[in-house]
Amino acid sequence: MKHQLPKWVDYGLIPLLNLITAFLVAGLVVLLVGENPLEAAYLLVRGAFGYGGGIGYTMFYATNFIFTGLSVAVAIHCGLFNIGSEGQAYVGGIGVAAACLALDHYVPWYVTFPLAVVGAAAFGAAWALIPAWLQAKRGSHVVITTIMFNFIASALMIYLLVEVFKPAGSMAPETRTFETGGQLPKLDWLFELFGTSLGGAPFNISFLLALAACWAVWLLIWRTRLGYEIRTTGTNPTAAVYAGIPQVRTIVIAMLISGALAGMMGLNPIMGDQYRLQESFPAGAGFVGIAVSLMGRNHPVGIIFAAILFGMLWQGGAELAFDMPNISRDMIVVIQGLVILFAGALEHMYRPALSGFFAGRQRQPAGAAAPASGEAG
Amino acid sequence: MMDFLGLLQILDSTVRLSTPLLLAALAGLYSERSGVFDIGLEGKMLGGAFAAAAAAVVFGNPWIALLFALLASLGLAIIHAFASITVKGNQIVSGVAINFVAAGLTVLLGQSWFGRGGRTPQIGQEARFNPVELPGADTLSGIPFLGPIYRDLISGHNIIVYFAFLMVPVTWWVIFRTRFGLRLRAVGENPAAVDTAGISVVWARYRAVMICGLLCGFAGAYLSIGLSAGFVQNMTAGKGFIALAALIFAKWRPLNAMWACLLFGFLDAVAIRLQGVPLPVIGAVPVQFIQALPYILTVVLLAGFIGKAVPPKAGGVPYTKER
Repeated sequence: MKHQLPKWVDYGLIPLLNLITAFLVAGLVVLLVGENPLEAAYLLVRGAFGYGGGIGYTMFYATNFIFTGLSVAVAIHCGLFNIGSEGQAYVGGIGVAAACLALDHYVPWYVTFPLAVVGAAAFGAAWALIPAWLQAKRGSHVVITTIMFNFIASALMIYLLVEVFKPAGSMAPETRTFETGGQLPKLDWLFELFGTSLGGAPFNISFLLALAACWAVWLLIWRTRLGYEIRTTGTNPTAAVYAGIPQVRTIVIAMLISGALAGMMGLNPIMGDQYRLQESFPAGAGFVGIAVSLMGRNHPVGIIFAAILFGMLWQGGAELAFDMPNISRDMIVVIQGLVILFAGALEHMYRPALSGFFAGRQRQPAGAAAPASGEAG
Repeated sequence: MMDFLGLLQILDSTVRLSTPLLLAALAGLYSERSGVFDIGLEGKMLGGAFAAAAAAVVFGNPWIALLFALLASLGLAIIHAFASITVKGNQIVSGVAINFVAAGLTVLLGQSWFGRGGRTPQIGQEARFNPVELPGADTLSGIPFLGPIYRDLISGHNIIVYFAFLMVPVTWWVIFRTRFGLRLRAVGENPAAVDTAGISVVWARYRAVMICGLLCGFAGAYLSIGLSAGFVQNMTAGKGFIALAALIFAKWRPLNAMWACLLFGFLDAVAIRLQGVPLPVIGAVPVQFIQALPYILTVVLLAGFIGKAVPPKAGGVPYTKER
């Protein structure tokens, strides 16, 4: 286990092998329901990237997953497993809806948008505050408290949607539809730049915000003092305390940032697509964030690629379900689970074998310079 | 507020609703006491529920259906054990993965086999676990007070309900009074010491996680061929997480777990009845609040305001043998 692997193996080969395994098992599942896995894969990729609208939807979903993936990643850098991104995104929706409902009649979208961003971040962070504080101060396991807060969030949101936000006379638990002041512009110019069209896809400028968030997270984690404190607390809490890093403050701030990023996910579906706050709008994006962060190795660049991969699964999976009657949309959930299993829980499965392989290879040419291989352990 | 028979009815549904929670909580107890966190109780229950319903449709026999539920849930448990014990992966991540795989696979297979949008066909009486009349339930019902309690509350449940409540003292005995239980607790608190004594940490944890899988299988079968007559998409609906909450609420003790599950089952039973009914002093309570109460209570407990919940010391940490 202790053999150092070359970097490209650690960051390239192992994730790739894990991903391939996950997709092979997914292929077996497709065989099990009596369809052709290769054809399914073809339909999936074609549905996700074959035409402008497909790409638009893929990128729309990817935008959600970038936010939630970043949310999970920031917490992981602090050694915290935030399973609550789903609930934080859900509650963050209140901030978006409040800004839109208050302003959409009076001002254009670019006035509403910054306020909605602040609202989403504030509500998302607020929902992470209690688990954060309990973890930092009282040692209550953040995994358990955030799971509980996901359920509390869904009860709270249904209550609020039915009792507070629902317009009189309406049956559906959702807010009224926003006017143009609460609607984000689509990124069709970006698609026209590449000579294709967005079709009806809701790909909107919150994608640009997501990219900005990636850059901001990279800056925060690797280029600021706070980021250093977060990483130190995450890798070795005891050493962090001895180094004078305030543990309670660092944990709480990391979780607040994590919650704020999750909350901002709400901008994309609420202001960019549906133009209203709906029941369970995150639709599992918070949990996908776990897979995205794992696959992206908690790095913003990796997260962008992983988010696009999952965006492809969501969009392509929907089209696949349309083309192959035996495969329902739930295939995506299975693939998601398999990716989390093989890229996350079983990520070290191939490591012993690969260590043996590379240790053997390194020793042969280094036979003359023996001491070089000894320092690796 | 309500009469005696109405109260009996609520308590009766309390018992019905807390049974799956109890089985899953006891399942989690074995796993977590041995140092393997399990947030995949939900997924294992769901897998068990689907396997039971599918097998009941095909074979028409509840016992064969139960066997399939146990196998399905055990299979998922072994994946969890392999990931978290053998490969030393993250136990939380593994649990999340199992929940996803179970949630997706049950509907996908259900749709492909039965073509009813993930549901199984309605399961007939002969393939389900039906209420068991305890001896003398009718003759003794004439006795005031105790008679109706015996007839309505204690008698008339299906066999899995009795099994679940029997598992409470059994689990207590296994965990606290047997050599196996001592070792199981020891690998959850201090695996290095157990290893030094020449006992396999890996095997002890594997057995604990496998017992966990079996009990989740019972819980799943209860849901799909006991409480209802068939599988529907996501029929566990968070029960695995309520069970996890109950387990923490019970501070990882079997008897406490029973009370916690009965409390959460009771909340579930009254939630629907209390909708819109004004209560004395506090007025009408939103039904969503009562539904969220198990989670809120667990957070309050975790915060250390009502006693302190201390998990097994080595929980969540894969054991690496020193060389």
